[in-house]
Amino acid sequence: MDFELMIVSFPKLLNATLITLKLLSASLFFGLFIGLLFAILRINKNPIINKFAYGYSYVFRGTPLLVQIFIIYFGLGQIEYLRSTVLWVILKEPYWCAIIAFALNTGAYTSEILRSAFQTIKAGYIEAGKSLGISSKIIFYKIQIPIAIRQSLPAYGNEIILMLKGTSLASTVTLMDLTGVAKYIISTTFKPIEVFIVAGGIYLFMTFLIHNLIKFLEKKYSFNN
Amino acid sequence: MEILAFGKTGWGDELFYATLMTLAVSITAMLIGFVFALIFTPLKLSKSKFLNLIGNCYTTVIRGVPELLVIYLFFFGGSGAIMYVASIFGYYEYIEINAFITGAFAIGIISGAYSTEVFRGAIQSIDKGQFEASKVLGIKKHIQFYKVVFPQMLRLAIPNLSNVWQITLKDTSLISVTGLVEIMRQSYIAAGSTRDPLFFYSFAAILYLILTFLSMKLINKLEIKYSRGY
Repeated sequence: MDFELMIVSFPKLLNATLITLKLLSASLFFGLFIGLLFAILRINKNPIINKFAYGYSYVFRGTPLLVQIFIIYFGLGQIEYLRSTVLWVILKEPYWCAIIAFALNTGAYTSEILRSAFQTIKAGYIEAGKSLGISSKIIFYKIQIPIAIRQSLPAYGNEIILMLKGTSLASTVTLMDLTGVAKYIISTTFKPIEVFIVAGGIYLFMTFLIHNLIKFLEKKYSFNN
Repeated sequence: MEILAFGKTGWGDELFYATLMTLAVSITAMLIGFVFALIFTPLKLSKSKFLNLIGNCYTTVIRGVPELLVIYLFFFGGSGAIMYVASIFGYYEYIEINAFITGAFAIGIISGAYSTEVFRGAIQSIDKGQFEASKVLGIKKHIQFYKVVFPQMLRLAIPNLSNVWQITLKDTSLISVTGLVEIMRQSYIAAGSTRDPLFFYSFAAILYLILTFLSMKLINKLEIKYSRGY
């Protein structure tokens, strides 16, 4: 055990954690919108629209995240047309490519979580709203969405943790996130166990925080009190 | 389509073998995972606090740390650990472990943590009365496990194990960082030499979709088979 290395690498890894957290929060933010949009499309009665939404979530959940990042980072740059548009400013940055891939990926999982939450809302709630003369738009925003969010909290908490682990793939497109820096230190010192303990410890600490935050929110928004 | 031709002119046969490699690593990893699950599930269900702690440590650590980090640990630390063990037995030559074994082992440990949780959940959802009934009938502990608990556990676990299989199959793409030529690595090589990453990575995505689609079909059949009578 090389404790000196562990102490020396800790601030470096902590610094890299900042990038991991930035990637995580940005992808969750965009992913939530994508997820909500596709969940609404999924419960649409038009077969073409809901098949499209199903196809989206099927493709993104059925392929590895690594493939998705590589298609966006290495693949899209190949299209000549894209290079001449404004989009290229975003797509040439590995940072934004990673966020796009993560957001699309977590969006697919989030849409499934929200869809099942929408479908398990008791019909009575919606009927009660209707009989009170509330318009269906307000029923959707004020009744269905809040209940769906509460219902999907536990599953969404798991998704946040999966996404936190997913951000480690940013290191494959040259970003120096927590895993990227850990790999760099391992490959220069050849002390994998020490670095794994420190970097893994930081990840576990973040998982622990997320887990407890979700537990707290679940309690706060439970129906019973 | 010429680019996907079999033989020397295209990448068809290379990608075909790479797909077989992905399947081979996934199945090996899944089986290694089952071995880990068979060790750690009893620990998690045991009445001893200490054994519980060991079981919980395994599942919490592995499920809370990125897969890539675990793979790097094995990739960089694997041969060191083996050589250390070998040196105890008086063997000091350099030992290099094959990328397949390292990869399957790393993914297997990850897959095992998920399988452990699935088996634990399945055993806990078996009716308490079943254990009591077999006790009353005087059935021995190990026969109770093989004849009463295990078949029911299998039925309850299959739907969730299919999720674990999907996760494992997708995780094998990460082994490409260690140089094992599976779908991702082969696509990377092909994309590099043809300068057509969009095509090859999209094709890799399609290959993964086919694998997940076919395995889901197969697992659904198994699920029907094991839920006969329910």
